[in-house]
Amino acid sequence: MQPKRRSVWVLLPIVALVITSFATLRGEWSGLFSTESIAKMLQLFTDFFPLETNTDFLKKVAWGTLETAAMSFLGTLLALFLALVIAVPAAGMNGYFFRGLARGLLNFLRAVPELVWASLLVIAAGLGPFPGTLALAFHTAGVLGRLIADAFENTPSEPYLALRRNGAGAITAFAYGTLPVVLPQIASYTLYRWENNIRAAAVLGVIGAGGLGQLLYYHLSLLQYRDTGTVLVAMIFLVAIVDTLSHLIRGRLAS
Amino acid sequence: MKTDHFTALRDPTWHERLWSTWLLLFIFVGCLIATEFKPWILFDELSLRATRQFVASFYPPALDAEFLKLLFVSAWQTIAVATAGTTLALIFSAPLALAATRTLSISRIGNNKPAPFPGIIRNTIRGFLMVLRSIPELVWGLLFVRAIGLGDTAGVLAIALTYCGMMGKVFLEIMESQDARSSDALLNNGASRSQAFLYATLPSCLPEMVSYTVFRWECAIRSSVILGFVGAGGLGQQMDLSMKMLEGGQVVVLLVAFIALVWTADTISKQLRRWLD
Repeated sequence: MQPKRRSVWVLLPIVALVITSFATLRGEWSGLFSTESIAKMLQLFTDFFPLETNTDFLKKVAWGTLETAAMSFLGTLLALFLALVIAVPAAGMNGYFFRGLARGLLNFLRAVPELVWASLLVIAAGLGPFPGTLALAFHTAGVLGRLIADAFENTPSEPYLALRRNGAGAITAFAYGTLPVVLPQIASYTLYRWENNIRAAAVLGVIGAGGLGQLLYYHLSLLQYRDTGTVLVAMIFLVAIVDTLSHLIRGRLAS
Repeated sequence: MKTDHFTALRDPTWHERLWSTWLLLFIFVGCLIATEFKPWILFDELSLRATRQFVASFYPPALDAEFLKLLFVSAWQTIAVATAGTTLALIFSAPLALAATRTLSISRIGNNKPAPFPGIIRNTIRGFLMVLRSIPELVWGLLFVRAIGLGDTAGVLAIALTYCGMMGKVFLEIMESQDARSSDALLNNGASRSQAFLYATLPSCLPEMVSYTVFRWECAIRSSVILGFVGAGGLGQQMDLSMKMLEGGQVVVLLVAFIALVWTADTISKQLRRWLD
């Protein structure tokens, strides 16, 4: 096919999709840009100020921030362990059957978003940060597991084979021939996911899984906008701090 | 000084190692406490019973005509919200990125330093994009649901704002990391900035920018489901409802539909991006 004609065949469905999407949305678009709704939105944002700063509330927010940070840290760590365990068969080290099985499991873990995992786990583990941590761990294990498995498969096998031919066992050869090559890659993926998870952990609370999200949802539902504003500021700060930290560590790892 | 064999072989940084081990252990235990990490509550009788009941209710899956119709309507709503949100994000972020890029600065020619006033404008736009993306879409969703009521408009706006921040930043990076020699050559020989953009910057950046937009659309499908949980319609809202009513049969069908949807979007996006390269 000519390139031009091919572009038309690709572009047409995209344009059609965009148009039908806008056409079938039930929202009132004319009302959205009316002065009334813009005034409403501005009102909402001005209601955040002045931020609530009494000590008791600040203490609550500080604890929520810590809880969120802890959830993301522990969730990522657990995910790393899970991912490493599943990535070994998923990289085809135990044959094709187990490779397919492990890849399927990773795909499933990854396809279900954190929030959906959390809402499923809340049924089993009750409300609180614990189901949130597990939810983060499950989804992230899927993401990391696939990346790590791909990294294992793409590693040149010569160091591993050299060790094996000289009489090292499979595990020893893996630990000294394959793992050191992919370790920096794994570290940088994990840090990147940690950045992601701090955002995810901040919102998981909305369905009752603890942390800043829970505070946000609670105060927003009670129409306490000044409290909500403080929680939002804490969230933005936390994300900024983790981003900077992770950026610094990755810079050091790269050098 | 005489050193015996033993001291000579000691790890010279063992002090540091010991302290960092203690520090990490301390943080780890702190995290365990802060997250109320008690795996055994998964296995006490009460939660085991709840889990068993919930899992048992997965069968039979809800496959009656009425529910399937609802499923298709909400699946389409999820797709529509994601597509409309990504489109709006593209419409807003592309001009913003263009206004904030340094590649097309004329004042920088010769002394390699942009003029101060445009510099301030560029940095303001960068800051604005950063604020947009540092608030997660779910929080935007919550706020919009408050401001303009339940429904898919809130979801579209939430995706549009967050993704505008992300896409704006990435477009900026793409434009600034490309080889600037072609646009510089045009600018230095007297081409206007719009000419330099249309004939040098855009042709070399377009494939990457389009491919990133397609990737974002794929992410938007996921976001759109999640936004349903705060009342922005679609599969997520349905899933939230079914879960609150402990209708396992419906939850299972919705989960399968969701995974199928994400997988389809994944495949389409991968295919499109491969075609672009």
